[in-house]
Amino acid sequence: MFETSLTLNDLMFMLKGAGVTLLITAFAVVGGTVMGLAFGVIRTQIKPWMAIPLTFLLDVFRSVPLLIQLILANAFQAIAGLGLSPFVTSCIVLSLYTSAYCTEIVRGAIEAVPMVTRRAARSLGMTWGQDMTQIVFPMALRVALPSWIGLTLGVMKDSALVMWLGIFELLKSSQTLITRLQEPMFILLVTGAIYFMLSFPIARLGGRLEKRWQEND
Amino acid sequence: MIEIENVHKSFGALQVLKGINLTVDKGEVVSVIGGSGSGKSTLLTCINGLEPIQQGRILVDGTEVHAKSTDLNKLRRKIGIVFQQFNAFPHLTVMENVTLAPRKVKGMSKRDAEEIAVKQLSHVGLGDKLKVYPSRLSGGQQQRMAIARALAMSPDYILFDEVTSALDPQLVGEVLDTLKLLADDGMTMICVTHEMHFAREVSDRVAFFNKGVMEEIGSPKQIFESPQNEETQKFLSNVR
Amino acid sequence: MGNYTFQWRQAFRALPQMLDGALVTMQIAILSMLIGVTIAVLLAVARNSKNRWISAPATAWVEVARNTPALFQIYMAHFGLGSFGIYLSPFTALLAGIAFNNAGYLCETFRGSLRAIPPTQTRAGLSLGMGPVKAFRLIVMPQMFRIAFLPTMNQMVWAILMTSLGVTVGMSTDLTGVTQDLNARTFRTFEFFALAAVIYYLITKAVMLGARAVAWRLFRY
Repeated sequence: MFETSLTLNDLMFMLKGAGVTLLITAFAVVGGTVMGLAFGVIRTQIKPWMAIPLTFLLDVFRSVPLLIQLILANAFQAIAGLGLSPFVTSCIVLSLYTSAYCTEIVRGAIEAVPMVTRRAARSLGMTWGQDMTQIVFPMALRVALPSWIGLTLGVMKDSALVMWLGIFELLKSSQTLITRLQEPMFILLVTGAIYFMLSFPIARLGGRLEKRWQEND
Repeated sequence: MIEIENVHKSFGALQVLKGINLTVDKGEVVSVIGGSGSGKSTLLTCINGLEPIQQGRILVDGTEVHAKSTDLNKLRRKIGIVFQQFNAFPHLTVMENVTLAPRKVKGMSKRDAEEIAVKQLSHVGLGDKLKVYPSRLSGGQQQRMAIARALAMSPDYILFDEVTSALDPQLVGEVLDTLKLLADDGMTMICVTHEMHFAREVSDRVAFFNKGVMEEIGSPKQIFESPQNEETQKFLSNVR
Repeated sequence: MGNYTFQWRQAFRALPQMLDGALVTMQIAILSMLIGVTIAVLLAVARNSKNRWISAPATAWVEVARNTPALFQIYMAHFGLGSFGIYLSPFTALLAGIAFNNAGYLCETFRGSLRAIPPTQTRAGLSLGMGPVKAFRLIVMPQMFRIAFLPTMNQMVWAILMTSLGVTVGMSTDLTGVTQDLNARTFRTFEFFALAAVIYYLITKAVMLGARAVAWRLFRY
């Protein structure tokens, strides 16, 4: 039905690009989640005015276009002579970007645990650490997980921007093929389908988790 | 005149009304009493056409409510209804709540609508709350506003659906007083209610509903003092 | 870092040009939101329709908008439509891509808000003699917009951030495009883009603060 010169090799080339997309996403989400957890817990522990510098810094990552963050970081590492590859630079920027959103999710989830529950835990003689690990964390996880899944998917989609630094992830790979084969619509449809297949099932899972947990409450 | 003839109504497999016959004359006040799930509230939403019926017919001033050719929007202008859950429009002030329908449905000018609204709101004792949003009102005040809202359309009939059931006990009186005033003015009313004193004092006739059937209807004296039906007797002995 | 001297003065001299770019950025963001909101309301109504021929396309729109990158959507508008002989200018392609994205996300925002309004509100409207359309317009919609207002303003911020993607399809008049042009001429990447970052930051903050102020004035109830 479709007359195309897209070969199996070309498709493999695109799937390799999808692999790079997933790899960058994985690095960014792992790094971002670790930092986000740390920042989130810190933010709920210290006084509001002490959190201002951290809040401000993280807010910058959410208020400046990611593309510009990538360009700036790349320019900075060149100026500073750090010699980082575009891949490493991208992973660092995306991690920080992810951590900014993750911090908000973690903070919101911890604050969603009722104070009375925590008081009850402490009155049973639990330490702060026990309260956090036994009570707060399991309860907060339920609140946080759907948003966290959404964040992961968002980062995967946003990772397309690293193409600007010359990284051959999925979208950059398809752009190369478009230039060569001159079949933009067909190749983009394949690209879109790959993104969709990566994202949609997980998005559905997140939606279902959210619904199930709300029903239980 | 509202004529209800052999009305059957079901939600899926659940039969809620099983052949109701009732005629309400102009100026009459009919109270409907009965346990929950007896179908009495459903009857009201059938009368103004919010719910379809499966059998029988309902005529309001000779117009068949559920006929395809009936303009329900037009018909509903003359049938006011007040719900158990006030249903105040939260984004509008008290004044706007009451003037909305006269302006947008009847096409009345803002000034005329407000004149009516002030009159109706003062009538129900809310003359000093015109610019307030419903969230600032008590339940009883919201319910009185809902009554004024229905009255502002100058309907020929008003249906009251357990209007005091969602209220704190100390707020029930103020709403019932408003209803009494209306009855004295000669408004045609059907009141589904759990307030036996009210039913007894205000109604011309009282109907007892049980499991989708109208078991008995008669003057308050007859129903409350010498009920003939066994179910009525059982119900009344329980609520007393 | 020793051999590099920052040339901030050069960047500041370009500030008027960049601010002109920022105006174009705002123009695209606002237009994309106006189009997005309009389509989103239609999509929300369509998705709730019982007719599959109406709901399915709306669902497809929403899922594609939410499950593919915004940059992909802009590519579709710019390169993809070329397959049908439709060539959109960078401006139009960017606007179309962002509006498409906005509509998909806002549709879900609006649907969520609609669910939060009890159906008894509509019934109350109908009982007063309003038709379904009138009841929706006068009673449901104003309440929906209140619930959806801040999420919608968040989408506005996203729209502003997304305008920066125009540079990938050759957009040269918005803030990122202007900055990239200056960068290509001077190779002062860091200075120019740092200044652009500050401008973007100030714009998004201003929008959020403005939104809060408007919400506070508008929704008194």
